[in-house]
Amino acid sequence: MQVVNDHAAASVLAQFAATGVQSCFHGRHIEPQILAGLNGRNWRLADYEARGGYQALRKILGVSGSPGQSASSAGDLADVGGGGGAGITPDQVITEIKASGLRGRGGAGFPTGLKWSFMPRQFPGQKYLVCNSDEGEPGTCKDRDIMQYNPHSVIEGMAIAAYAMGISVAYNYIHGEIFATYLRFEEALEEARAAGLLGDRILGSGFSFHLYAAHGFGAYICGEETALLESLEGKKGQPRFKPPFPASFGLYGKPTTINNTETFAAVPWIIRNGGQAFLEVGKPNNGGTKIYSVSGDVESPGNYEVPLGTPFAKLLELAGGVRKGRTLKAVIPGGSSAPVLPASIMMECTMDYDSIAKAGSMLGSGAVIVMDDSRCMVESLKRLSYFYMHESCGQCTPCREGTGWLWRMVDRIHRGHGKQTDLDLLNSVADNIQGRTICALGDAAAMPVRAMIKHFRHEFEAMIPPAAASAATTIPASHQAVGSHVRSA
Amino acid sequence: MISEKTAARFARETAKYPADQKQSAVMACLAIIQAEAGFVSAESEQLVANYLGMPPIAVHEVTTFYNMYNQRPVGRYKLNVCTNLPCQLRGGSDALKYLESKLGVVMGQTTPDGCFTLQQSECLGACADAPVLLVNDLTMCSFMSHEKLDQLIDGLQIPEGNSHASSE
Repeated sequence: MQVVNDHAAASVLAQFAATGVQSCFHGRHIEPQILAGLNGRNWRLADYEARGGYQALRKILGVSGSPGQSASSAGDLADVGGGGGAGITPDQVITEIKASGLRGRGGAGFPTGLKWSFMPRQFPGQKYLVCNSDEGEPGTCKDRDIMQYNPHSVIEGMAIAAYAMGISVAYNYIHGEIFATYLRFEEALEEARAAGLLGDRILGSGFSFHLYAAHGFGAYICGEETALLESLEGKKGQPRFKPPFPASFGLYGKPTTINNTETFAAVPWIIRNGGQAFLEVGKPNNGGTKIYSVSGDVESPGNYEVPLGTPFAKLLELAGGVRKGRTLKAVIPGGSSAPVLPASIMMECTMDYDSIAKAGSMLGSGAVIVMDDSRCMVESLKRLSYFYMHESCGQCTPCREGTGWLWRMVDRIHRGHGKQTDLDLLNSVADNIQGRTICALGDAAAMPVRAMIKHFRHEFEAMIPPAAASAATTIPASHQAVGSHVRSA
Repeated sequence: MISEKTAARFARETAKYPADQKQSAVMACLAIIQAEAGFVSAESEQLVANYLGMPPIAVHEVTTFYNMYNQRPVGRYKLNVCTNLPCQLRGGSDALKYLESKLGVVMGQTTPDGCFTLQQSECLGACADAPVLLVNDLTMCSFMSHEKLDQLIDGLQIPEGNSHASSE
């Protein structure tokens, strides 16, 4: 690493490193579970244990004792689930997770306990557990802070999940762009291994669990779970057709369960405090807290951990309100793939899966992109469309070709060369992508287009010259250059 | 030839995977190559292919699929400026334009002295710290106002004597 060895450069670069003060340690979380008590320095194992860390793992393994005193000898302990103390059976763990109402924090919001119950526990061969930390959905930066400032919560959550599903090997696949966080997580893994919290016969119980970190290197698509598996196998990250689902044919063709980082990080709290307590923090069908990454036109962008069901207006207030006292125009409530919602609708929503879905969008990863009244929606959509074109893996024709069409049309509208028929054509192309591809990237590219036109059609129309004046009708869009040097924004 | 040190780093990565799945380490091995040599050459793809026992074309597919691998030499500092929507709303595109004018290059280019390569990038996953840029695939720089961009560029340009940054 050139830079690391160059002390002068390293000290220059150090000035600009994230401190987490603005994004995480602002003290404006509400009933936080994952981000509680963090200050940026207390990420190590000893700090985590002082916060009650690894007590949940000890509890299920039936290994009593406090930090530093692991169970005596392995020999006098029974097999998995029957450790020194009472322990908790794998079935009981899954029951507790089901009762908690925990839903996947990566975007789909699928009930975690149900997903865990799909794992064929009696499968004779190797099974795998995978953590999806390939956090690339524009607007989302919560998993980075979790792994940077509380990495052991993810490790403990994964160990508990592995125990519940009878899995002995796991990988945490981390977004390549946050390489420093990948290195931090590796360090946390070393700590856990040295303390006997990972490896063979954990804490002297009969439960063995090996966890490794892997990194991506710049491909949004690898956040899609089957693309991630391909990447983890050392290939291009092109999604697989489902079914078969990873629970039956996953990593190396073996049964595999994949959850998001924040999902795993929520697990220890549930085991310590009970599923019912977790559910009561949120609202029915939407248990627990959620970390929202608030970005864009707010005074204080950052991660805010609040109970699910918190009113959007409250979240906006926590983030300091709209920047410079301006008026709220629109919000993309769940990462760039989620349909945009106008301010009037958004201000009536509570931040949970069901409320946002009812309003016509989705909670997704919980990335809340705020736009004020000075923003041009055509320009915003143009940037998003460029992103999906750039990140389409190229496997399915509707997505590979369609995302290019979408961007080129929005681009020409933005440059004042749009045609009267373009809005209908945009909707038509979006229609022909959505639901016609192997993975959800096609949908993710189409949904923002349809929502932007639905809610802000007048802005697009205002940029399109009147029919008579529209001259450039015969230049095929495909003749316009597309490549790394195309500036989209 | 792979140096002993590089081989040790490779071995640490392959040890994470089942013995018959060494290919899983290809992403990490290529990243190690890039950190040491600055880019991934056809020769190094061949070395990685030999080491992992996979076809060179499969390694090349990985190099070309993922955005962060440099397929040709870059400047001493590769600057990836995020201009995706959350960053754009907080000056990400302005940051890129400012760097273009300060460095006298357009995105995708390297300064004549070989010091900086400037690139536009997609979401780096640090949206709350926008605008952000990533230096040499490792160091994320936060809240990059024009003033901070000046500090960054001026600071990195100074150590002229260290221009032969030890890459071992």
